[in-house]
Amino acid sequence: MLAAETAPSGLDLRAPANRVSRRAIWYWTARAVASWVVIGAVEVLILFVGGSAIPHGRWAIVAVSILVALGHIVVMPRWRYAVHRWETTGTAAYTQTGWFTQERRIAPISRIQTVDSHRGPLEQLLELANVTVTTASAAGPLKIHGLDRVTADRLVEQLTTQAEANTGDAT
Amino acid sequence: MSAPASPPVVTAAAPLPWRRLSPRMLLVHPVKEIGRAIPGLVALLLVGSGSGHGTLWGLLGAGVVAIASVSRWFTTRYRVSVDQVQIREGLLRRRTLAARLDRVRTVDVTSHFLHRALGLARVEIGTGVSDRNGASVLRLDGLPADQAARLRGELLHRAVATGSSSLGDRLDGGAGRLGDAEQAVTPTLSSGPQLGAQEVEIARLDPAWVRFAPFTLSGVFTGLAILSVGWRLVSESQVDVGSVGPLSSAGSQLSGVPVWVAALELFLSAVAFIAVASMARYLLAFWGFRLTRHIGGSFHIARGLLTTRATSIDVNRMRGVGLSEPLLLRLVGGASTTAIATGLQVGRGATPAGRGGTVLLPDAPLAEAQRVAGVVTGRTDVVHADLVTHGPVARRRRYTRVYGLALGAVAVTALGWWALRLAGYAWLATLLLLIVAAPLAADRSRNLGHLVSGGYLVTQSGSLVRRRAIIETDAIIGWNLEQSFFQRRAGVLTMLATTAAGRQFYRILDVTPSEARRIADASTPGLLAEFTAPEHS
Repeated sequence: MLAAETAPSGLDLRAPANRVSRRAIWYWTARAVASWVVIGAVEVLILFVGGSAIPHGRWAIVAVSILVALGHIVVMPRWRYAVHRWETTGTAAYTQTGWFTQERRIAPISRIQTVDSHRGPLEQLLELANVTVTTASAAGPLKIHGLDRVTADRLVEQLTTQAEANTGDAT
Repeated sequence: MSAPASPPVVTAAAPLPWRRLSPRMLLVHPVKEIGRAIPGLVALLLVGSGSGHGTLWGLLGAGVVAIASVSRWFTTRYRVSVDQVQIREGLLRRRTLAARLDRVRTVDVTSHFLHRALGLARVEIGTGVSDRNGASVLRLDGLPADQAARLRGELLHRAVATGSSSLGDRLDGGAGRLGDAEQAVTPTLSSGPQLGAQEVEIARLDPAWVRFAPFTLSGVFTGLAILSVGWRLVSESQVDVGSVGPLSSAGSQLSGVPVWVAALELFLSAVAFIAVASMARYLLAFWGFRLTRHIGGSFHIARGLLTTRATSIDVNRMRGVGLSEPLLLRLVGGASTTAIATGLQVGRGATPAGRGGTVLLPDAPLAEAQRVAGVVTGRTDVVHADLVTHGPVARRRRYTRVYGLALGAVAVTALGWWALRLAGYAWLATLLLLIVAAPLAADRSRNLGHLVSGGYLVTQSGSLVRRRAIIETDAIIGWNLEQSFFQRRAGVLTMLATTAAGRQFYRILDVTPSEARRIADASTPGLLAEFTAPEHS
């Protein structure tokens, strides 16, 4: 065990400095709406096709799922936006993701192997981009979702330059 | 490895000729491929017999398969240059695979039964990171056994055995020599790394260890596999099982005794069968097991009864060891040791060593497993050290999780019985889970532990399989700190040390934030410093 004066009282980690783009809220909302529309369609289909075989509580099921859907669509994107943060310094990259289960990932710049960004069709519309930073470990990619496109491009360029400065095979 | 890139001048002199694998493979390929194609050939035979030319069709099919397999020898070529191993293969779709020599992490030499009869070996060269997509494991199937052993030595020890200045020359000679091996012994051959002379033995198999084999789960799987194959053979050959002498007498004996006696007899014979099967598997896989350390800087593992396999791991790639104790094996005081090395991913078929290839010591007495772990890591004290326990919250969470699962199982089966009238009163059997839950949770919480000491991170967890990982802190790339909603409320977190070796991450379950900080600061000094909350820095 370490000496008492160096023993910290907690994890003492602050959150990463930067938030993702506010437009990411719209992206997450749209995605949640899309998946609930599918679920709703299936429910309605079941009600109309096999309606007679289902007990009378059926409208209650629909009502409950609408409530859950509304809650998820309203709360999840904002909660997620509050959690999602990122930061890079000269020596390390640091991300915080999730909403129900939250995760912080820290990797040193010297161990970065690849940096890439990608955009789905909806993200192109909203001018968003995702940046993925991989290390030699299959378990450790740092993913930053919902970045402003300009910020993402700058980040990729900056990390690539920094990683190039470090040689060695980074394992 | 930071071998300086050799000047390209050395290679530019003359392009190296491409070489073929041993022509003896012309005998191996057809036998192997026809063996693999037997189901198809049988189908062909059956379909053809309708037209009255069954045998003809079957022979034709076998001929096509044989020719196709032989074409592999004619289309595969390889060469070893100063800085690369290159393989060109394929008849219709030609492709060239190449691996940089300074990226070679593991070399695996396997000889299946046929290979051994003809004095051949298959060399697989693993290059680490890119193993993940599987395509870049280089396979040289069919070198003469002595060439394979020499190639292995060269690939792993070139940087150590000679100064960097003579590296190019020596390898040029080495590459030429490989092809000319049928000719006279060249000067480089005698000065080359001779396996055997410079090796230090770390461990070898004691045949008495086979007594541990029945206590691993693998025995159960082997037994089931043998049973299912046997069952398929019986059902396909349409032999009436009841009419076979010993089986029919056993059957009549079973029907003559009370049900519980019959059940007990069946259970005992299944246990005996599984025990024998797993002991046979153990001997087949680990006969002649030997772990040695080569002066040139690598660990060698040789093993196998019918199929021999020799794996070499570069010392620089060795990042730690794992001790694994399945519950039954733990009860009889056994354990096995595995290597945690970059380029050897656990559970990935694409790695050259394949499944179980990372074994540093098969199931053996715990003391022996610990001794090997101590010798390989060089830190016997860390291997034997008492671990730091995870405290009351982690303990409570073990109980809530195990009981949660058990209650969930009871609830689901009871609901199925009540609402859908499924499976009678079978749900009552799930109540047994609640009885097993308490000792399981107690064992799981007792086994939790971690330690950072002497440049190593130790983490241990699990009950059904207790695993202890001992990895170099230098091998830790970064941290993933996970907190579920419930963990945030309980004030604990799960740390994942990410690494390029072994399982790619090693988990420390449910530690308090301050302990997590201590672990991170002790194993990766300074990494968290920049992100420390200002009021504490």
